[in-house]
Amino acid sequence: MSYLTLSLTLIFVLIPLILSRTLKLGLEKDTLIATVRSIIQLLAVGYVLQYVFEVDNIIFIVLMILLMIGAATQNARKKGASIQGITWKLVVTFVFIEVLTQSILLGFQIVPPTPQYIIPISGMVIGNSMVLGILFLNRFTAEVENRQDETELILTLGGTPKQAIHTQLITSIKASTIPTIESQKTIGLVQLPGMMSGQIIAGADPVQAVQFQLLILFLLLTTAVVTSILLGYLSYPTLFNKRMQFLKLKS
Amino acid sequence: MSQAAILFRDVNFSADGLHILKNITGSFTEGKITTLVGPSGAGKSTLFKLCNGLRSPNSGEILIKGKPIEAYDPVELRRNVGIALQSATMVKGSVLENLELPLTLQGKKIDIDFAKELLHDVGLAGDLLERNAKDLSGGQKQKLSIARTLVNKPKVLLLDEITSSLDRVSQHDIEELIEKINEKYGTTMIWITHNLDQALRIGHFTWVMMNGELIESGDSSLLKDPKDKRVQDFVKGEIE
Repeated sequence: MSYLTLSLTLIFVLIPLILSRTLKLGLEKDTLIATVRSIIQLLAVGYVLQYVFEVDNIIFIVLMILLMIGAATQNARKKGASIQGITWKLVVTFVFIEVLTQSILLGFQIVPPTPQYIIPISGMVIGNSMVLGILFLNRFTAEVENRQDETELILTLGGTPKQAIHTQLITSIKASTIPTIESQKTIGLVQLPGMMSGQIIAGADPVQAVQFQLLILFLLLTTAVVTSILLGYLSYPTLFNKRMQFLKLKS
Repeated sequence: MSQAAILFRDVNFSADGLHILKNITGSFTEGKITTLVGPSGAGKSTLFKLCNGLRSPNSGEILIKGKPIEAYDPVELRRNVGIALQSATMVKGSVLENLELPLTLQGKKIDIDFAKELLHDVGLAGDLLERNAKDLSGGQKQKLSIARTLVNKPKVLLLDEITSSLDRVSQHDIEELIEKINEKYGTTMIWITHNLDQALRIGHFTWVMMNGELIESGDSSLLKDPKDKRVQDFVKGEIE
């Protein structure tokens, strides 16, 4: 795509800007900021990726992944701010899911060990893990808040902290993973996934594009379930002290 | 002389910047019924949470049967010091599932005959077992909550305004049941109530608490002739 053609895509930014102005929606400022940020961020990433691919050095790959984990943690921690030590819990979750998925992909030689595969796949895994983490933390903190009576009831009857929080934990894990599972049921019928569409537009064989998309879908299934479970099991013990007393969420 | 089932020595408890319990010193006599009376916000329910190990004091000492409360495993402590709360919280599921919850937590099942007997004891019909617990009336939930606490066969039973939402007949049934359990098993009962007649009727002893302090304690008859001016006002109904 030439720069002239690329600049023509700004028409798609002008349409919402004009509509916002006409209907007084007040979205102009945010639309402009979003446009400028996406241009700068994506171009920067494009040049960085180009360099990393050329150098093909493990240190740069690791640095890129660490950067992604750092950004994902920073973004997700706000949603779990009421849970003690949420930052390191998120870091552990993202590192674990990255190591798990890459070990399977590279260990079974499903994808070649090159930055062209490792970095984009890591981006998808960590990005989805972050979204799942946010969904989980949102639901979990709400469940814990709303069902304090049930938690204390089970403790008073001689239940352990794990038993006292079990329902809230399971409900939150299910609620956060259901969107991923449900969206996979209709994929290809309602929408073509972004990565597959991109490959087809770029001229790839559609069947091969589908094969890669399936790989990503299955990968994201693991990412969703493992993220919620791991984050849940890392989070709930901090809601109790050594005397098995239920502690309030940090306000 | 009877041993103290629970003994408090200069117990203080604060939460969220509020000094809720102030220098509580006293005891609940083993095998007896002690009522806890006092205006709302006196710290009575908080005192229960301390006895059941749901909260720990900031200072002072609590002894259960002569042993510091911290020396007990929290799970064992809570099975032996049962608590039935005013809220009568139910978990999702049937009456049977709620009733057998203390056993489910131990990986056990309840004997159906025992379950029916417990329901009968608290004045509930045995055929309610399959009913969804959320569909019960406030009074029925309260009765089920008491029956559920009894499943663990606790040595000490803490009852937090358990008859406040019951009609007069049900109140009488529960009072009889509590007295029966107390006599039959020697279970120590501590009962928070706003009903002073009830306190006089069923309590061997009484504690009067106000504003986080234990103002007067002793034989229940103290409610007829309190020494402290604040308790006199409370008994007359001048302090809510």
